[in-house]
Amino acid sequence: MATKKTRKTNLSKDDLMPLYRRMLLIRRFEEKAGQLYGMGLIGGFCHLYIGQEAVVVGLEAVAEEGDKRVTSYRDHGHMLACGMDANGVMAELTGRSGGYSKGKGGSMHMFSKEKHFYGGHGIVGAQVPIGAGLAFSDKYKGNTNVTFTYFGDGAANQGQVYETFNMAALWDLPVIFVIENNQYAMGTSQQRSTSSAEIYERGQAFGIPGEAVDGMDVLAVKAAGQTAVNHCRSGQGPYILEIKTYRYRGHSMSDPAKYRTREEVQKVREEKDAIQHVRDLLLTGKHCTEDDLKLVDKEIKAIVNQSAEFAKESPEPAPDELWTDIYANLEA
Amino acid sequence: MAVDILMPALSPTMEEGTLAKWLVAEGDTIKSGDILAEIETDKATMEFEAVDEGIIGKLLVAEGTASVSVNSPIAILLEDGEEVPTIQAKTTVKDPIIAPNKQATELVSALDAPPNESLVDQNLPEGTKFKTQTVREAIREAMSEEMRLDEAVYLIGEEVAEYEGAYKISQGMLDEFGSKRVIDTPITEHGFTGIAVGAAFGGLKPVVEFMTFNFAMQAMDQIINSAAKTLYMSGGQMGAPIVFRGPNGAAARVGAQHSQDYAAWYSHIPGLKVVQPYSAADAKGLLKSAIRDPNPVIFLENEILYGQSFEVPDLADYTVPLGKARVWCEGNDITLVSFGIGMKYTLEAAEQLAEMGVSVEVVDLRSLRPLDTQTVINSVKKTNRCVTIEEGYPVCSIGNYVSSVLMQQAFDYLDAPVINCTGKDVPMPYAANLEKLALVTTEDVMAAAKSVLYR
Repeated sequence: MATKKTRKTNLSKDDLMPLYRRMLLIRRFEEKAGQLYGMGLIGGFCHLYIGQEAVVVGLEAVAEEGDKRVTSYRDHGHMLACGMDANGVMAELTGRSGGYSKGKGGSMHMFSKEKHFYGGHGIVGAQVPIGAGLAFSDKYKGNTNVTFTYFGDGAANQGQVYETFNMAALWDLPVIFVIENNQYAMGTSQQRSTSSAEIYERGQAFGIPGEAVDGMDVLAVKAAGQTAVNHCRSGQGPYILEIKTYRYRGHSMSDPAKYRTREEVQKVREEKDAIQHVRDLLLTGKHCTEDDLKLVDKEIKAIVNQSAEFAKESPEPAPDELWTDIYANLEA
Repeated sequence: MAVDILMPALSPTMEEGTLAKWLVAEGDTIKSGDILAEIETDKATMEFEAVDEGIIGKLLVAEGTASVSVNSPIAILLEDGEEVPTIQAKTTVKDPIIAPNKQATELVSALDAPPNESLVDQNLPEGTKFKTQTVREAIREAMSEEMRLDEAVYLIGEEVAEYEGAYKISQGMLDEFGSKRVIDTPITEHGFTGIAVGAAFGGLKPVVEFMTFNFAMQAMDQIINSAAKTLYMSGGQMGAPIVFRGPNGAAARVGAQHSQDYAAWYSHIPGLKVVQPYSAADAKGLLKSAIRDPNPVIFLENEILYGQSFEVPDLADYTVPLGKARVWCEGNDITLVSFGIGMKYTLEAAEQLAEMGVSVEVVDLRSLRPLDTQTVINSVKKTNRCVTIEEGYPVCSIGNYVSSVLMQQAFDYLDAPVINCTGKDVPMPYAANLEKLALVTTEDVMAAAKSVLYR
């Protein structure tokens, strides 16, 4: 993993604080989700984003209105980062009617048409052609929107990813392929699963430019995101960002994580944590005091606690919801 | 020694063709590889090369002759100094294939029932004219009409644009709509299906052509997990208005991997709609409805039916609703339920039964999901006997489902167990005789019908 942090001194509080708040919201939200899972309020599979917050927060900082995003099942962070309501996300996790999918999608399958969030996809790699298809729709309609298509180092070994690279390059689709390389495809390290050390270099075979980015540095992610967005928005076709990141928690809630040592995780947390990084910048740059940050912590905690309350109180979907939303009706 | 040059088969399903043009004349010396003639199949015009060398002694079939049977002599090739044999080989020019709708019309008249069109198409305006059209032309016309109406509709698939369709369905469409809307893909079903599903989420209405549905197996995950389930998983926020179409089922002699009927597979899935038309009118009307439908629709075509002609209402905007069966002909003694190419065997059997004095009701399901069970139930309440006919495998077939519905909702009306005629429970063999045995046959239908009629 790249370790060099961008230490720009000319950054203002307005640059840093929104990134900090958003990353912190994701982390606290995920911690709460983990807690509710332990209490049996959240069922099934639940994949936490803790550790990877800088990836989606850095990229959302360069998104414009109408830009689209699609990701895998590790999706809670992406939803919060694109502005979806914490209450609706948490209530979906608890399978309640107040959730984004009325409780019918769950952790892995959530959507927001309003925020142009196209899932939440449970099949590893399947969101990649879908993301290119969303980009296809924008190009077809003649607008300048781009689609952020997130997938992991594990999905990067699915054949459909390369089928998509080929067509995206062939047709100059405005899609940013964001490889969130957290180094483990469930329990299999990149070293054991992937022939290339730098996954983004695979784009070269298709003529797709790309770069590796330090995913523990939200400012580096944002800067790389801006390069990618400029490339795509100006009609030059797809771009690959391989963002080197790390997940602190197991693959899912039921993962004993025997494939790596506790020390390895601890070392990343202590030395490279993305939230701590921005916190340090805020303090050393004298943008705020410890007390100011405590206040932010408190506000975030309130949002998260409120979402948990909402998710507990929201009623289960009515039994007849079983039979709705299977087919759309023809509009008159 | 004089050799007959025979009419060649230029595709797996070709039985006859048109000798469009001779490129050699009597007396010409030819060598192997010379182009002898241009031959039109129902799909394309192809050049026909010489295999042997010699002198063209006699052209047996004139330019422009249509319906020349495969393997009939079209010219005589002589060796140097040889004379044209006095007894010329006889050329067989078959009668044009009897269009199945003609059979149906005969059947209907034999039963003294009203013409079938009036039974379902009650909405046709009075005085509607009909035009004779192949299934291929009907599908093309349906797509073109919808693309003219709605900019969001586009066609994507392998060889659909510059090649004009592997089965010539999209002939001329690139010229009319341009490369933005008629899009050639690489050979990459999984990928382009996913891209089309994503485009549908993004507000477009793709028509995805699979060269055959056998290849759609590569894309199954995107069809089922992405296209069919997203509306539900998103709590109704977004779905995929998309049509997946292409030939399905056995063609002729293309073996196990290219000959399978997927009707039952797709019909299993909530969130998908599935149609499998038989006639050109239904192909046209159902495809237009499928393109307008906001849900993913599987539109199963059949290569053997592409070239067959039917009467199609000559209307500016002819649609057929999804989910409604067509009562092909009315009768009182037995109900035959089929769809797609199965209708071919069904109508042949119906004709034979009519000659035996049996009053047959034929129901063409057309749509498999939603399935018009009410029409089948109503029919069986009248006839008390039912046989289903399809090309797919027997286990978990459409017929199995129809049978279970009848058992639950028309049990007291049944005078005999429902019999499902299906393709045999084997991978499709290549050998011509075995392939014939593997498919459902008219004889199978007759045997089943006689059995439920206790005759």
